[in-house]
Amino acid sequence: MQMTAVEKEAQTSAAAGSSNREIFLPPERQRIKDGGTPHVSAKNFSIFYGNFEAVKKVTADILSKYVTAIIGPSGCGKSTFLRAINRMNDLIPSCYATGTLMFDGEDIYGRYTDEVQLRKKIGMVFQKPNPFPKPIFDNIAYGPRLHGVKDKKTLEEIVEKSLRKAALWDEVKDRLDRNALGLSGGQQQRLCVARTLAVEPDILLLDEPTSALDPKATAKIEDLIEELRGSYTILIVTHNMQQASRVSDYTMFYYEGDLIEYAPTKQLFTNPRDQVTEDYITGRFS
Amino acid sequence: MNNSSTMNGSRKAGRTIDIVNRGLKSRYRKEKRFRLYGILSIVASAAFLAFLLTSIVMNGYSAFLQTYIKLDVPIEAGMIDESNPKRSNFQGIIKSAIREYYPDVTERREKRELYSLFSSGAAYQLRNNVLDNPPEAGTTLSLWVLADDDVDMLMKGHMKRDVPESERRLNDRQLRWIEKLENDGRIEKRFNTTFFTSGDSREPELAGIWGAVRGSFYTMLVTLALSFPIGIAAAVYLEEFAPKNLATDFIEVNINNLAAVPSIVFGLLGLAVFLNFFGMPRSTPLVGGIVLMLMTLPTIIIASRAALKAVPPSIREAALGVGSSKLQVVSSHVLPLALPGMLTGTIIGMAQALGETAPLLMIGMVAFIVDVPGGFTDPAAVMPVQIYLWADSPERAFVEKTSAAIMVLLGFLIAMNALAVVMRKKFERRW
Repeated sequence: MQMTAVEKEAQTSAAAGSSNREIFLPPERQRIKDGGTPHVSAKNFSIFYGNFEAVKKVTADILSKYVTAIIGPSGCGKSTFLRAINRMNDLIPSCYATGTLMFDGEDIYGRYTDEVQLRKKIGMVFQKPNPFPKPIFDNIAYGPRLHGVKDKKTLEEIVEKSLRKAALWDEVKDRLDRNALGLSGGQQQRLCVARTLAVEPDILLLDEPTSALDPKATAKIEDLIEELRGSYTILIVTHNMQQASRVSDYTMFYYEGDLIEYAPTKQLFTNPRDQVTEDYITGRFS
Repeated sequence: MNNSSTMNGSRKAGRTIDIVNRGLKSRYRKEKRFRLYGILSIVASAAFLAFLLTSIVMNGYSAFLQTYIKLDVPIEAGMIDESNPKRSNFQGIIKSAIREYYPDVTERREKRELYSLFSSGAAYQLRNNVLDNPPEAGTTLSLWVLADDDVDMLMKGHMKRDVPESERRLNDRQLRWIEKLENDGRIEKRFNTTFFTSGDSREPELAGIWGAVRGSFYTMLVTLALSFPIGIAAAVYLEEFAPKNLATDFIEVNINNLAAVPSIVFGLLGLAVFLNFFGMPRSTPLVGGIVLMLMTLPTIIIASRAALKAVPPSIREAALGVGSSKLQVVSSHVLPLALPGMLTGTIIGMAQALGETAPLLMIGMVAFIVDVPGGFTDPAAVMPVQIYLWADSPERAFVEKTSAAIMVLLGFLIAMNALAVVMRKKFERRW
């Protein structure tokens, strides 16, 4: 459903300026128009590791409630950009950012932004499943407890709801008190998604969520993204171009720190505007 | 394959598999040799350890037994001071009982030789006995009293009977008296409770390790109570919160250096700062514990930091990802996961401190202390210092006491290390 809407949008985008909002793209690159509202907008946003500019002056809007994929060869800055959105890069001492990155009208790197609050609103799932070495229940309940939910009943509801959303409830409902490390890799990753959903974020950042999983588990995660589409703004970094084309509405292509192309997925994969994009998606380099 | 054959160029090497096969034998030989070296070094160290342990045990096991003599003590009217039994002349009562058993000894010098077969502690035994249940006049108390250490050595075979009189500490007369006791079945070796219940003494048969054990216990308690929280807090701050800059680098280098500082230097520091400047009491577990804390801290900090470093970053990211603050990440995830390593480091540091002598000599814990310490500010000895003191004593009987004390100390060390292993197993989590 959503996909077709985006497709239509993509077809009409070149023609008319009827849409209410334009998406910022690198200079001299194509512009696309969409009815969505920007959820995260970057303006001349750069990230440095010491002197190395990993993400170079990116200007782009990430649209609310859409799935946006970020693709590009290794070391192109896609993960760095993703991790900048919930300030996970703060863990790296030499890392700093310039330009602006706004989230719901708030400057993510602003002086008065509270990163703890920010990360509650912008959840993240990592490349390698990283459940806490604790029972499944406590894994999910950790976030809500952190944010002040103490009532056992409410916690149980949240755990069930989150696990259901992550399509894991039926598999684990009888063993919520078991250690999460006993789950399979795919289950662990869905548990991580559920853990993130439990704190009710607005945005879900997925950093190569399926790269450590087998095809079957990958399919489950992709189904899960399909389920969540429309209720969350989802950003997914992936090495797998098929996956990007399967699950996303929009795709960003990064190359050596530059945002080369940002377009509706269908358009980017069938009719890329940029030669580098075409070379990459056709597999001429990786 | 092509690549390697061209690399071998002129040699008629051919396929890679041939080269591999040719080298295979020498590779296996190398591995075998390496294993042999490993086994040899393990055997060597095991042999040294076995030699050390056997020599200690062989020297020391006899200290767990002590020679006792059965003495019939007739209590006559007037011997015990009715109004104040504590003031009675117990030494005199014992002496008269001895004279009664050897009626033919009359000469003054002979009497003195006779009395010297019995420990001076015999009077205290009698005193305790009398005070516990006052005997009625006219009865005879049958007491197993401590023999003198020379008699003890003779009974244990450390002193030979068949050597010339001038070469042993007991003369022929004394040997005859002992034989009389043996014939009457009045002399025997029993389990040495004195060793485990009393403090130090100049008389070997009265000397015990309990005072030193208590002293070590209080000292370790002070060390643990100070070094564990301070060490862990320092490690957590340095590892998780401190900015990485020159100052923290400097601190890190210094901590690593402190771990290698000779322990006697810490003793000098303790002497200068705690005793002379702050005027804390000398020879006490309190000061000893603080000095050992200084010595143990680097070990604990280094081990704790290693344990914190070993916590996978993915766990931190996961916790941060759902909105934990830094402190919450540390307290609910990093610290529990690092705790087994921290505990291991702490126990190893404590075991090291338990065996430490040098810094304690500097703060006066080498003093001769008879009383069993009752608290942190009572003068006390610790086990390694006690071993040092006994090893320094001239009496033959202290040789076995020294070894026995080493066995007790080793027992504590093994217990502590076992505790470290158990704790690590118990709290260990895999991810």
